[in-house]
Order: sequence, then C-alpha cells, then structure tokens
Amino acid sequence: MSNDWPLYEVFIRSRSGLEHKHVGSLHAADAAMAVEHARDVYTRRQEGVSIWVMRSSDIVASDPTDADALFEPARDKVYRHPTFYAIPDEVKNL
Amino acid sequence: MSAASRSITPGPVQSAHCRYLLRLGDTSLVLGQRLAEWVGHSPALEEDLGLANLSLDLIGQARLLLSYAGELEGQGRDEDALAFLRDAPAFLNMTLAEQPNGDFGRTIVRQCLLDAWQLEVYAGLADSSDRRLASIAAKAIKETRYHFRFSSGWLVRLGDGTEESHRRVQEALNELWRFTTELFAADEVDDALAAAGVAPGLAELQPRWSARIDEVLQEATLVRPAPVPYQWHGKRGVHTEYLGHVLAEMQHLQRTYPGAQW
Repeated sequence: MSNDWPLYEVFIRSRSGLEHKHVGSLHAADAAMAVEHARDVYTRRQEGVSIWVMRSSDIVASDPTDADALFEPARDKVYRHPTFYAIPDEVKNL
Repeated sequence: MSAASRSITPGPVQSAHCRYLLRLGDTSLVLGQRLAEWVGHSPALEEDLGLANLSLDLIGQARLLLSYAGELEGQGRDEDALAFLRDAPAFLNMTLAEQPNGDFGRTIVRQCLLDAWQLEVYAGLADSSDRRLASIAAKAIKETRYHFRFSSGWLVRLGDGTEESHRRVQEALNELWRFTTELFAADEVDDALAAAGVAPGLAELQPRWSARIDEVLQEATLVRPAPVPYQWHGKRGVHTEYLGHVLAEMQHLQRTYPGAQW
C-alpha cells in the first residue's frame, strides 16, 4: 500500500521557541495523513510539540556534482568566521 | 449463545463498583491485545506504528483500571493477576472488543465504534464522584480523542474510497453493528453506579454516540445498519468463542511459567 503513497519529509519542533528540524520521511496518501503518521512515527518519545510535513518532490536540492563550485570558494575565507573578535567581558550571552 | 442459562463469573464476589471498573479495563485490555495482533502485519509501516500506539494507550488504560479494580476487590490481585490469571468468564469486556481483526477495514470499523463509545464514557466520568476514576478518565480521554481521529479518518477514507474498500467496510459495519447494543444496555451494575454518581447513565450517552457515529458514516457514505435487540453479554462474563483465543495467546507466558518476570 505504502508503495503507492507519495513520500513526505517530516519536521519536528522539539520545544516552543525552537525551530522545526528535519527528522526523516514517511509515506502517506495525503498531507493530513502524513501529519498523523508523523505523530505516530516520530513523536512517540515526546520528541515534539509541533509537526510540519511537505512533499519530498517539492524540495529543490543542490546537485552534488556542483559541490566544488558551490562550497569550495568558502574554504579559504576563514575571516568570515566571527572568531577574530575579542568578546568584551560585559557581554554575557553571545 | 444463551446467556441466561450460563453461570456468570465464578470467583470472588465483586462489588458493582469493582465490576464496572473491570468492564472498562477489560474492554481496553482486550481491544489493545487485538490491535497488537497487527504488529508486523499492517498494510504499511506507518499504520503498524499507529495501531501499536493505540494498542499501548489502551493497555495503559487497562493497567490503571485493573489495578484499581483489584484494590476494590480486596483479594490481593494486582493488574497482572487480573490480566493474566483470569479465565474468559471472569472477563467483563464488551463483546465488540474481542471480535476478530478481519481485514484492516474491519479493524477500523470496530475501533471507530468503540472509540466513540469510550469518548462518551470518559467524558461522562470527568464528573464522577469517584475522583480516582475521574482522573483516570481525564488521562484516557486525551488518548481516546486521537484514537477516534485515527479510526474515523480511516473509516471515511475507506468508506468514501474505492468500490472494494467501500464494500468491505460496509460489510464489516453490518456484521459488527449488533454488538453495539450492548454498549448502552444498562444493567444493575450500570444503574447502581449511575445512581451513586460514579458513572454517567448509559441512556444519556447513547444519543451523543449515535450522533457522532452518524456524522462519520455520512461522510464515509456508509449506511447505518438497523438496530438489533440486545443479545450479547460480554460485560456479564458471557463471551463469544473468540475471547478464549485472545486470552490463550495473551496469557500463554504467565500460564506456562507462572510468576515469570521480564
């Protein structure tokens, strides 16, 4: 049965205030069923307070063969990391 | 099966209060055990987990209710002794709960009918003069709301699905409908508990259950079967042939190795 069902990606928010995180995928006949399946498959151990689902086919992904062009140029630009700044003692939460 | 000619529930004398708890607890336990039979056999992995979740919720309800029943009985039997060491005539579950799973559609029909019943019972128990029972019901109703959402959602999908799925769930509904009369047939236990303010009157629950079921059936394009006179007596300990098979599997380990621990 599930072979006929489209694939959905599941995102769970673990606590209020945190972002939804991708946790996996599942099959369902439609979006409403996907939310229920996500509840049953991915929140059995109190993992979440909110669920998002989306059709896997709706994701537009980068091509692994483009990795060099996309990600290589960032490698030698260490100055983009915020680690070169001395943090003043007065700043508690950074 | 002739109910009147059979002796009812051998063993210790149990108060109406205790028997009422056994009816609720045994119904959850037997239904939970039935759903557990699906594990590894469901039409899809996702449904396998879904049915297992329902099963575990129901067994959790049974533990709370049977523990309490054991205390009221006062014979030193805990939830495990009641679940694993009683014979079929001592079980007081609704006859509908013990009916075989059949195909997925039939399981869903049975589930939806009982979920809607439990919803009304647990809602009615919120005002119970028995505060412990009220708190068990308050926990159980949250689970049951999801169960009903699951089962009614599937009933609509199957009823309003393909020609074959419609035919199968309509047949299951026609066959299982006769067991629903028992859910609302009050006897001296129900009357005593209602009079004491412990349990809701079954006559009040019936129209609400009926309306809830009608709504689902309509959306599912299913036809409500004609009412059938009350002739099933699971809650008095007189069961269909199926309960014995359920118990044989459920109790096998404790019967074979008494006192075995996990």
